[in-house]
Amino acid sequence: MSKIFPKSANSLPLQIIIYLVVLTGIATAGVTYYMTPKYTRIGYAPVQPVPFSHEKHVSELGIDCRFCHSNVDKSGHSNVPTSQTCMNCHNQIKTDSPLLAPVRESYASGDSVPWVWIHKTPDYAYFNHAAHVNRGVSCVECHGKINEMEVVAHNQSLSMAFCLECHRNPETRVRDPKDVYDLNSQTIAAKAGVEAGVKFVHDWKIKPPQSCSGCHR
Amino acid sequence: MRHVYLVTFFVVVLGVSILGLRGTKFTSAPMDVFPEWAFPGMKHQPKPYAQGSSDFFADGRSDRMPVAGTVQRGMLRDDEHLDHGKTATGAFARGFPEVLPVDFKLMERGKDRFTIYCAPCHGALGDGNGITKKYGMGATPSFHDDRLRQIAEGEIYQTITNGKNNMLSYADKLVPADRWAVIAYVRALQRAQSGTVADVPAAHKSELGLK
Ligand code: HEC
Ligand code: HEC
Ligand code: HEC
Ligand code: HEC
Ligand code: HEC
Ligand code: HEC
Repeated sequence: MSKIFPKSANSLPLQIIIYLVVLTGIATAGVTYYMTPKYTRIGYAPVQPVPFSHEKHVSELGIDCRFCHSNVDKSGHSNVPTSQTCMNCHNQIKTDSPLLAPVRESYASGDSVPWVWIHKTPDYAYFNHAAHVNRGVSCVECHGKINEMEVVAHNQSLSMAFCLECHRNPETRVRDPKDVYDLNSQTIAAKAGVEAGVKFVHDWKIKPPQSCSGCHR
Repeated sequence: MRHVYLVTFFVVVLGVSILGLRGTKFTSAPMDVFPEWAFPGMKHQPKPYAQGSSDFFADGRSDRMPVAGTVQRGMLRDDEHLDHGKTATGAFARGFPEVLPVDFKLMERGKDRFTIYCAPCHGALGDGNGITKKYGMGATPSFHDDRLRQIAEGEIYQTITNGKNNMLSYADKLVPADRWAVIAYVRALQRAQSGTVADVPAAHKSELGLK
């Protein structure tokens, strides 16, 4: 009777096991790389109804974030500006630019400009802008260099690990409160050493919550 | 077995080339790895968001205006001087409201707010040479002329609150107390620009090389 299986088949179970291990490795690597916010969110830059450039308005014109995001230091929600905010200038500058047509329509009719919301935490997590920017945390820590963006893109993962990384060690990430809106500024730790950061955190009694109920309330 | 590894390798290469690397720019909504229908987790609660949209209200917004005849907490504007810049007779008020002492703190606040909200047009010195002038906003006046030096504080308040001609209202960005802080700073700028040698206290003259 001839042999059904050649001799080499003896090693097949082992080879299958090795292959499965390799496959699991690839799958794990793939999931960690592709199914986490670092991949799914970073780089999200939706097409906006008006091609508004932060680079032009912030870096070139030197307008402060609060001119437009006027509630960022007063409330949890950082508002996207009303069309009147744009019309302050654009009733005299580029008055017939076709790019600004949606803003003019909105100003005339009172309807909103349909800006696409980019950064969004899930509803089970609580976030508050004023609590951060009034305590020396700059926009750049969470949004990246907005002042150099022609189109706003999601720049940090804003995952729970990202939040906690800073909440555990705020001393290397805080800025002098008057530098918060200057996205090119340096942290206190970078300017004057980590001890200065530690001192600031101590003097200002900065205690970011690390317990679950601080953010999941 | 070699073929199996080869196929796996090509599948991985294909996957990476379709999915790309981290940090690539994209415009479609971010992928939801744990979609709500499969993993219900209160990610989207049926609640209105600030500046959000709504299918319920006719204008499509979740933000509502106060019902006619009602006033929000802390939004009652019934102090003629503080909230309207007028005197009891309806004339523009001169001077600052009594409830707001003009001190260093108010001045600092005024400087801060002025730099954010007024300087782009009126310039850091209030001379009308803000950055927007270069881009074609020629109509911005300087604060350093006689009319604006003499003008009642209440009238500046009126301009900030309701706007004037080409300047729109800043009432949504500055609460009444902040508007008065800005006015105090405008007054300081005007005073600074009209300063003379006579203003320097005698004790400090030598520091500036004056007699
Ligand atoms: C002249 C007005 C203006 C100024 C000044 C301005 N922004 Fe914006 N910002 C906008 C508008 C309009 C949008 C919405 C359109 C968009 O996303 O491009 C926006 C969007 C954003 C977003 C994305 C919001 C979202 O949808 O998640 C962030 C973050 C942001 N701005 C940060 C900043 C920071 C930080 C500064 C200061 C360095 C700044 N902005 C200054 C007008 C402004
Ligand atoms: C402080 C004044 C100011 C404000 C406020 C402002 N802009 Fe501008 N904007 C400018 C200036 C100045 C330019 C450049 C004009 C030029 O390049 O000649 C400009 C250019 C633009 C352009 C390019 C227009 C074109 O045809 O090239 C767009 C689009 C624009 N702004 C949108 C907005 C939007 C949307 C807002 C409101 C969120 C806004 N701007 C608020 C001053 C302003
Ligand atoms: C500690 C991190 C952090 C800092 C600092 C921060 N942001 Fe945000 N920002 C977020 C998060 C998280 C969201 C999404 C919030 C949500 O889902 O409501 C967001 C959303 C926004 C939005 C969209 C509207 C909203 O509230 O959802 C704007 C505009 C914005 N940020 C502007 C700013 C500006 C301007 C600054 C600096 C003055 C700033 N942010 C500083 C984390 C931050
Ligand atoms: C770069 C540093 C940094 C990052 C990133 C950061 N935080 Fe914070 N967080 C702080 C600091 C500093 C405080 C202020 C602590 C205080 O005032 O004592 C704070 C306070 C808070 C508070 C308490 C606010 C209150 O009203 O008491 C909450 C909630 C919070 N953070 C949530 C978040 C969430 C959610 C994220 C991620 C999207 C985040 N933070 C990312 C630094 C950070
Ligand atoms: C600094 C604020 C903060 C603290 C403290 C915090 N969380 Fe979170 N948590 C978040 C944010 C923000 C998200 C949303 C992450 C996302 O969307 O990527 C989140 C998401 C989650 C999720 C959903 C799974 C996921 O990652 O998407 C779980 C479960 C969770 N948190 C549990 C906890 C527990 C348990 C604790 C206490 C040990 C805790 N959290 C403390 C901010 C916080
Ligand atoms: C977007 C540009 C712009 C900004 C920002 C701006 N203004 Fe003006 N302002 C103008 C223009 C243009 C005029 C001239 C109005 C006219 O045609 O009479 C003006 C006029 C004035 C006048 C003179 C009114 C009169 O009686 O003639 C005062 C006072 C004034 N602004 C104060 C302020 C203050 C205070 C702020 C900050 C809260 C401010 N402005 C912000 C553009 C601006």
